[in-house]
Amino acid sequence: MHDFRYHRPSSVDEAVKLLAGKSDARVMAGGMTLIPTLKQRLAKLTDVIDLAAIKELKGIKVEGKAVTIGAMTPHHEVASSIAVKKAIPALAALAAGIGDPHVRHRGTIGGAVANNDPTADYTAAVLALNATVKTNKRSIAADSFFKGLFETALGEGELITAVSFPVVDKAAYMKFANPASRYAIVGVFVAKSGASVRTAVTGAASCVFRCAPIETALAKSFAPEAIASVMIDGKDFNSDIHASAEYRAHLVRVMAQRAVAAAA
Amino acid sequence: MPTVSLEVNGKPVKAEVEARTLLVQLLRYDLGLTGTHVGCDTSQCGACVIHVDGRAVKSCTMLALQAGGTKVVTIEGLARDGKLHPMQAAFKEHHGLQCGFCTPGMIMAAVDMANRIPNLDEKTVRHELEGNLCRCTGYHNIVQAVLAGAKAMRA
Ligand SMILES: Cc1cc2nc3c(=O)[nH]c(=O)nc-3n(C[C@H](O)[C@H](O)[C@H](O)COP(=O)(O)OP(=O)(O)OC[C@H]3O[C@@H](n4cnc5c(N)ncnc54)[C@H](O)[C@@H]3O)c2cc1C
Ligand code: FES
Ligand code: FES
Repeated sequence: MHDFRYHRPSSVDEAVKLLAGKSDARVMAGGMTLIPTLKQRLAKLTDVIDLAAIKELKGIKVEGKAVTIGAMTPHHEVASSIAVKKAIPALAALAAGIGDPHVRHRGTIGGAVANNDPTADYTAAVLALNATVKTNKRSIAADSFFKGLFETALGEGELITAVSFPVVDKAAYMKFANPASRYAIVGVFVAKSGASVRTAVTGAASCVFRCAPIETALAKSFAPEAIASVMIDGKDFNSDIHASAEYRAHLVRVMAQRAVAAAA
Repeated sequence: MPTVSLEVNGKPVKAEVEARTLLVQLLRYDLGLTGTHVGCDTSQCGACVIHVDGRAVKSCTMLALQAGGTKVVTIEGLARDGKLHPMQAAFKEHHGLQCGFCTPGMIMAAVDMANRIPNLDEKTVRHELEGNLCRCTGYHNIVQAVLAGAKAMRA
């Protein structure tokens, strides 16, 4: 790891000031992705700005029909939150399935969403639940947040402060996990709110995406059988030692069916 | 060089470190606490698990500076007055180790899970051990040891 300057601001404003004008400065949440990246010298930074001491970025609020999770809230806290389990049980269950307990103690929702790893779990929840990503500058709708492989709508000097999830009628997330890392080989999040159904797929392609054929079929009938014969086009899917593109396409349907069956 | 102040196994520690120093390096090289192991250095194996403010974390994936102001407990901090911690005693009793390389991380993970989860069963223990790899035992005796150790911790 190359050396860098370490900062620990106590407010978002202070963090943004520290970032300003430094092209090789980066914020750090739990470091669960950033530290391995630095160790492998995939990144060389002049300044690391640790967000851990910023109180306004932490905590979970359930107000009316929305669950708002501060960017620096670790996965473990979401997984064990009684309020989240009651409002959106699928979200708590998703957080409980990320990595392992040690990763869940340090990894955060802000870091996971900002990083937009193609095999991450939270991104599927953000997209399927039609969440809003709040930053120090604006609110960004899920549909315009994820831009491509590790790419998001976040601009320079823009930090995620919270993610706000609307409470839905029914939702579930199912993943076929990589047995070593628990990252999704394919994960499908299904959410139903009134007549609208949203389905987000992670792990399969270069970026999380919504699956129109499944959404259309489930809007007509929210049952596993309704998507039994839906064809998933896997021509742009990932293919690696873990699964071929064709197998991933198959898994999308199977995970979607399981999610519908489990939705609560 | 920046300095970091924290508590390690109940004692205050102050050290000068490079910003890039990992917490596990501070523990092993500066403080001589070599009970915490480095197996993979890629955040996968859990040999380096310690407790920071009462939570199990991988010390190879944390900067020493991130631990500033925290309370750290390592495997060396578990025994009391020369007597093994109940989880350590359970690993010995149930043959939860062979070469012992993974054992400090396993025990720190096991104590953390017993602290968080009141009624551990075998399935939960196996799920909770997903971040700790053992190349020797096949896990069976580790799981038995965790269950017995958790019970003993409550006694
Ligand atoms: C062994 C292992 C297993 C894992 N398994 C899974 C899994 O099964 N599923 C899964 O989804 N994930 C998994 N992860 C990822 C993990 O859950 C973390 O969420 C992820 O690594 C991000 O970590 P972090 O929050 O510590 O962010 P960091 O690593 O600190 O930061 C990641 C990136 O986001 C940026 N960033 C951080 N916070 C903000 C913010 N508030 N605003 C803007 N940018 C920000 C940083 O600059 C950096 O570029 C795993 C990680 C490990 C090490
Ligand atoms: S050495 Fe830290 S996880 Fe393997
Ligand atoms: S006892 Fe040898 S690695 Fe676990």
